[in-house]
Amino acid sequence: MVALYCAGIAVLVIVGFLFGRSRAAIAERSEPLHSRPPYHGAYVSICVLLPMLLLLAIGLPIADHLVTSQALHAFDPAVINDDLKRGAALRDIVALAQGRLPGEPSIALRRAADVYVSTHSWTYNLILATGLVFGLLGASFGLRSLSTRFRARNRVERVVKWVLLAAALVAVLTTIGIVFSVLFETVRFFERVSPFEFLFGLQWSPQIAMRADQAGSSGAFGIVPLVVGTLLITTIAMLIAGPIGLFAAIYMAEYASPRFRSFAKPLLEILAGVPTVVLGFFAALTLAPLIREVGESVGLNVASESALAAGIVMGMMIIPFVSSLSDDVINAVPQSLRDGSYAMGSTKSETIKKVILPAAFSGIVSAMMLAISRAVGETMIVVMAAGLAGNLTFNPLQAVTTFTVQIKTILVGDQEFDSAKTLAAFALGFVLFFFTLTLNVIAMQIVKRYREQYD
Amino acid sequence: MNSMVQVKHSEAVGAAPGIGVKPKVIARDVNVYYGEKHALKSVDLDVPERSVTALIGPSGCGKSTFLRCINRMNDTIPIARVTGKIEIDERDIYDPTLDVVQLRARVGMVFQKPNPFPKSIYENVAYGPKIHGFARSKAELDEIVTTSLQKAGLFEEVKDRLNESGTSLSGGQQQRLCIARAIAVSPEVILMDEPCSALDPIATAKIEELMDELRANFTIIIVTHSMQQAARVSQRTAFFHLGILVEEGATETMFTTPRDRRTQDYITGRFG
Ligand SMILES: Nc1ncnc2c1ncn2[C@@H]1O[C@H](COP(=O)(O)OP(=O)(O)O)[C@@H](O)[C@H]1O
Ligand SMILES: [Mg+2]
Repeated sequence: MVALYCAGIAVLVIVGFLFGRSRAAIAERSEPLHSRPPYHGAYVSICVLLPMLLLLAIGLPIADHLVTSQALHAFDPAVINDDLKRGAALRDIVALAQGRLPGEPSIALRRAADVYVSTHSWTYNLILATGLVFGLLGASFGLRSLSTRFRARNRVERVVKWVLLAAALVAVLTTIGIVFSVLFETVRFFERVSPFEFLFGLQWSPQIAMRADQAGSSGAFGIVPLVVGTLLITTIAMLIAGPIGLFAAIYMAEYASPRFRSFAKPLLEILAGVPTVVLGFFAALTLAPLIREVGESVGLNVASESALAAGIVMGMMIIPFVSSLSDDVINAVPQSLRDGSYAMGSTKSETIKKVILPAAFSGIVSAMMLAISRAVGETMIVVMAAGLAGNLTFNPLQAVTTFTVQIKTILVGDQEFDSAKTLAAFALGFVLFFFTLTLNVIAMQIVKRYREQYD
Repeated sequence: MNSMVQVKHSEAVGAAPGIGVKPKVIARDVNVYYGEKHALKSVDLDVPERSVTALIGPSGCGKSTFLRCINRMNDTIPIARVTGKIEIDERDIYDPTLDVVQLRARVGMVFQKPNPFPKSIYENVAYGPKIHGFARSKAELDEIVTTSLQKAGLFEEVKDRLNESGTSLSGGQQQRLCIARAIAVSPEVILMDEPCSALDPIATAKIEELMDELRANFTIIIVTHSMQQAARVSQRTAFFHLGILVEEGATETMFTTPRDRRTQDYITGRFG
């Protein structure tokens, strides 16, 4: 039905456009037009489209509600107020109505399915018919308002503006919505666990909370081990990706021949496209055992899952981010500055060190910040390579855990949705969000402070 | 011939520099190719010491290309190839044993668009002396920066804000900063590629005045689009056309009695 409705919209929109345009084109023969004919066509299309879409948006939910409530009434009014039974009954009714219910249905179910089918068909047909009428009315309204002096262009432009505004609002509102829902759950979490304990507690073991017989059944929700783990892994990753990414970018931008560039750049982008799961099992199955072996051969005690392995692989993951962003930034430094420096008799490396990097500084900082955000938010590699244990340690050879890993661990599997443990995931999410936000704000400040204007 | 250009009668012009005076820069049979394109064709030119030589000619005739040969900036363009011989003080600058870094310390350059580094005014001028190790102490560096800015006629305007960014200056000030930056390494030759084309008339006048002072100590070669400017600032002029050096001589003679038909057409504004 919806498909049919959309086809109806498409046909009416196209016909409306053609009519409007040709009407305007004909009128143009006698008198000059205010707007070009396609704008007249577009105006008629909009007159068709808006009412039809509006009707669909309002009509569908109403129809669905009507259909289900009628069917449930026919089945057994008692189930309506019971969420579980209601869902089960509805599933059966729909299955029967679509002829794919196994076994012999009860009388009540059969009755309900009949009601379902008939209500479904008349409401939907009503929507379809009304929609077509709306569309035709819209078209005739649009066509009637056309005249040589009609300001179709201005109206179409205004509609375009509103559509774009709506898209922007959706983007902004969903973000705000997500932040607020996380914030809301976080507040609920803090009703159970004190923020002080959460922020400064040295022990993280939410699992304990699941066992009510345990003495401290409230669990331990101190995030310090997670902060340390996250920072440890991120630091290792940045120690690798920062210099390598930046140097690679400098080589690509300043030294590489166009031939080398033309194959090395796509290659780096492929590295950026490797799914993190793949990198994760590379870390867990290849790198971590290697590190362990090497460590043990020199007499070090290395855990089979280590911060080092996760950090190194994460570093490899973000090298392409750093290098490709820095490369763009370095290329944006005007050639005239290079010429100026070379003409003073400076060498290539002096020019890079003293002119290009300072000029590109703000961009490079933001590239690094972006890379850090990526590293902090990365889950898969750490899950696979760094372990789950909330050890509080600065030793990169030990297993550590991070925010993202704990969020994932908490939420995987069946959960009661208002235990402190589950809510802790939201609190972690909120802290993570706050951390990345701070990072971005700092990056923006640095960028502003060092921004140089080239005209 | 009725020249539309007023030639300034300066003392130096009468002496016809370049004739009898030892030339600072000598170019012989210089050819430049950009890939397949033959951009400069067998150019011979003598540039006299401590004077201003103007290179004029229509766009794309190879003036900038020739200028970039003199400090080997063409080396930075991968597809450019230079043949022939250019000597400065009788030393071949395309000799493989010659150090380009030292050459560029001796031959400064000022570009068409002012290109101060995104650093402070002080750091801009100190850039050259620092990389070449000219100053042994902070005091010496300060001294070099101050005198360079003075010579470039900028010191009075910026002395209270040496730590502000060079890019915060006006266009004309930026260009004088670039001149100060160039003379801070005490070059012998200064190349200027249309240094006033991005500037307003007042800033242009200041730079022209400056060139007149600088020629007491430096050999200046300037590319210019404006024949009036060539006439005002230079003692000798070379006219390029389609990669060929058509004619060169004392500025006064060039603008009053050009020998070549093409020069005549250009300076009377028939093309260009
Ligand atoms: N980097 C370059 N690559 C290729 N061709 C160039 C380059 N620079 C200049 N040319 C060509 O060489 C010719 C001379 O250019 P140029 O010396 O810049 O002329 P002018 O400075 O007299 O206007 C022009 O035809 C130009 O297209
Ligand atoms: Mg030029």
